[in-house]
Amino acid sequence: MTGMLDMDFIDFMDISTLTHVVPPLATTLAALPALPIAGINWHSVLFLLFAGLACGFAVGVVAADNVVRMALYLVFSLGATAGLFFLAGAEFIGAMQLMIYVGGTLVLLVFGVMLTAQAPLVSIKPSSSDRTLTAVAGASLLSLLLTAAFSVDAWRGPGVGVVPAPSATPLGMALVGVRVDEPPAGTPVGGRVGYMLPFEIVSVHLLVVLVGAAYLARAKRRRTPRPIDALASAMPVEPVTPVATVAPVATVAPTGRSAGGAKSALVGGGR
Amino acid sequence: MMGLVLATAMVSLDACLATVPLLAVNPFTEPVGVVHYLIVGAVLFTAGIACMTLKRNALGILMGIELVLNGANINFVAFASPYLRADGAPTLGLDGQVVALFVILLAAAEAAVALAITLNFYNNHATVDVDRADDLKG
Repeated sequence: MTGMLDMDFIDFMDISTLTHVVPPLATTLAALPALPIAGINWHSVLFLLFAGLACGFAVGVVAADNVVRMALYLVFSLGATAGLFFLAGAEFIGAMQLMIYVGGTLVLLVFGVMLTAQAPLVSIKPSSSDRTLTAVAGASLLSLLLTAAFSVDAWRGPGVGVVPAPSATPLGMALVGVRVDEPPAGTPVGGRVGYMLPFEIVSVHLLVVLVGAAYLARAKRRRTPRPIDALASAMPVEPVTPVATVAPVATVAPTGRSAGGAKSALVGGGR
Repeated sequence: MMGLVLATAMVSLDACLATVPLLAVNPFTEPVGVVHYLIVGAVLFTAGIACMTLKRNALGILMGIELVLNGANINFVAFASPYLRADGAPTLGLDGQVVALFVILLAAAEAAVALAITLNFYNNHATVDVDRADDLKG
């Protein structure tokens, strides 16, 4: 396709007159089909670019010890993955990857990193034995997955380049329960339903999860009461209460609760 | 364990030797297929698993989970794409893209809850080192 474009371009420009005007440009244009650029499949080039970025930054996430760098590498890796989605013809998924993942989830993670990035916690280095064990396990897992990927012949053939139809409209219709896309080969007739129920479940799930996250992360009262509160709660409400009823409370309570309370007061004492 | 690793390595070497015609072509001129996407997905999945097992920072473990989910998503999208198949007939069709969309949404939900738990742990223990989370140890 590129070669045909070049020939059209040269014919259109009338290369004989061009030679008189700008000889260097004309010679460059004439020499263009001789370059190896003529047969290049730009889809493959872009795929190699995005695949290299995604894989390289994913390995960088593993290799980095600094948690801030890990977050940055993860942003790049997931962004390159969105490029891979675009190249596979799933433009809506690629856009959602950029908007939800890179724009939402990773911002959440970066906020977590910023909230917890005190000096000793920024880089917690794993031990070298852990590194060795992880390398062995990762290499064996990767070889297993690659073996499985290469084992099916139908997956190996180069793509014929059937440009898929835009998938945003069929996706939206499928999410409200109407299928307008072509069924893949081998689909049983009449067995296709939409995704309305999973869509509703996921919606309610997201709502519940966000309410739960807000509940979990809210600013709450101190777990360990301040000394003045402890003193107030330890004082008997009625002054006529005999000592014998207060004493079991005082002996039972420290066994479970105050041990953890003392520990957390030691660990997080400055707060 | 080492025997298992060696056996797996030998099997994968066989697979690589069987695919020499695939590796011998010029990658810049040959159209990509499903297996190229599967390779990228396998690398991201493995990196995520390694991240989850290696990191001691709780946020690093969360990033490993994100990588694993993305590796799975790449496979779903690759199986859904007619562009990558020699016969033009995808295995999954649009269903793969729908599942990928659900995976993205559930990953967002999981990240929100896990981050809230991590912040709670940090507020109570003043650390995000998961090796220090041993209060329930007998």
